[in-house]
Amino acid sequence: MNKKRLLFIILSIFLLTAPYLFETRYSQHVLILVLLYVTLGSAWNILGGFAGQLSVGHAAFFGIGAYSAAILASKTSLSPWLGLALGPVVALPVALIVGRICFRLRGPYFTLATIAVSEVVRLVALNWRDLTGGAVGVVIRPSVFSGTDKVPYYYVILVMAVGTVALCQWISRRKLGYFLMAVREDEETAESIGIDTTRYKLIALSLSAAITALAGAFYANYFLFVDPTVVLPLALSVEIVLIAIIGGLGTVPGPVLGAVLLKLSSEVFRNYFEQANLLIYGALLILVILFMPDGLMGGFKKFLTGDKRRVTG
Amino acid sequence: MPLFEVKDLTKRFGGLVAVESLTFQVEEGETVSIIGPNGAGKTTVFNLVAGFHQPTRGEVVFRGQNLIGKKPHQIALAGIGRTFQLVKPLRGLTVFENILVGAFAGATSDAEAREIAEDILAFTSLDSLRDAVADKLPIGLRKRLELARSLATRPKLILLDEVMSGLNPSESKEAVELIKRLRDDRGISAVAGVEHVMQVVMSISDRVIVLNHGRKIAEGRPEEVAKNREVITAYLGE
Repeated sequence: MNKKRLLFIILSIFLLTAPYLFETRYSQHVLILVLLYVTLGSAWNILGGFAGQLSVGHAAFFGIGAYSAAILASKTSLSPWLGLALGPVVALPVALIVGRICFRLRGPYFTLATIAVSEVVRLVALNWRDLTGGAVGVVIRPSVFSGTDKVPYYYVILVMAVGTVALCQWISRRKLGYFLMAVREDEETAESIGIDTTRYKLIALSLSAAITALAGAFYANYFLFVDPTVVLPLALSVEIVLIAIIGGLGTVPGPVLGAVLLKLSSEVFRNYFEQANLLIYGALLILVILFMPDGLMGGFKKFLTGDKRRVTG
Repeated sequence: MPLFEVKDLTKRFGGLVAVESLTFQVEEGETVSIIGPNGAGKTTVFNLVAGFHQPTRGEVVFRGQNLIGKKPHQIALAGIGRTFQLVKPLRGLTVFENILVGAFAGATSDAEAREIAEDILAFTSLDSLRDAVADKLPIGLRKRLELARSLATRPKLILLDEVMSGLNPSESKEAVELIKRLRDDRGISAVAGVEHVMQVVMSISDRVIVLNHGRKIAEGRPEEVAKNREVITAYLGE
């Protein structure tokens, strides 16, 4: 326990001082990127890891959040930060409608449906030119933080990432977390002990989608540019899933480790291996999958305790 | 009024009549066995009662409430627990967590759920396996966990589908003891589906219903049913 507390303190100090330890703009950018993906991976994990509903369409919610914030900022004179609130507000009803339809499907069919939904959202963004600017996208004037200082953005995304991880930790020990895991393990069993499986899947999707949209809204404010290929690609959905799976599906630290490993390594590989960077990245994924089939978290746990059970806390 | 009542329950799958005009009742604190050869319709009856299938015709009334059309989780919350013939543990969770999930469903607080789960853990003598992962248990213990998880929802009636199948003699003896204690210690009514272990049927049942090809061919106290000519024919052939 004491070791855990020590680790916690060291980590807190590191996170709070990180932008001053890494003073170049590039390294600060990488830190922000890692935290963004910690948020995305953890949010996805609520639905995909805890509740076992493998969505490969989360780019849809990210894009909805990003576009909501961007359009609000470009068409009105309201503070772009209001977009942070707007993102989840717009994404939530979409999530509920999508859930009502897609949760009739199970397993791989559900996954396919989520891909279809995100493609629909992408095509809408591409073609609804009056609202979204089509392929040209939406540009936001920088008005939030003065100049090009990245430090304030770092602290905003830090709060989001820590908040999301804390929420996951809280859920994993409560009734909600246990119910979601029951849904994941066996829906008929879950029903047989009185769990309204549709309702709990919708709760998981709503939470997951709202946080993902929030992250999307942050992204719009940070990059000041949004278009369909940047915020709505299938590749983004896949990357989010990879982070959670490589880190450890259904575990709280899993997506954190996954985001750190994958985002850092992809940046490093891009700098050192140039055109071969994706090749190396792919090889890394295959190695993790081969040798740590339960993800980094499962691998660590097995290494530390020899215990093979899937970690849940 | 009986605790539980099935009236004229009928289920057709296409041309096949799986259950035909079945009527029976279960009183409070009573253990009723449904027996019959493989394919007699026992599992279909359980699936109909628990809301996993919709009947073609008929009524299922529990504590004065008609359950037809209700979803499985609503029926579970109404107070009917069930186990599955092919056990369905929550594989990645521990024994305690499996029971805790059940307890959460019926409890109003975290603390209450944990208390119920501890109680059921002790009642089913699974304490020593508390942190074992459900997936790794042998079949006998999985069956017991199946029962424990359902008990944690605090049902008034529990449906036990093929409680004895796959158990060795000593496991089956333990299961019999546990089922008797459900009634004697907890006052829980049970409907148990048993394929053909007559010894078990005799020792756990207050009453026995015999199904053959989806129809009830006999009902009565265990020793009466065991002497019934039609029952013997159904089991052994002419």
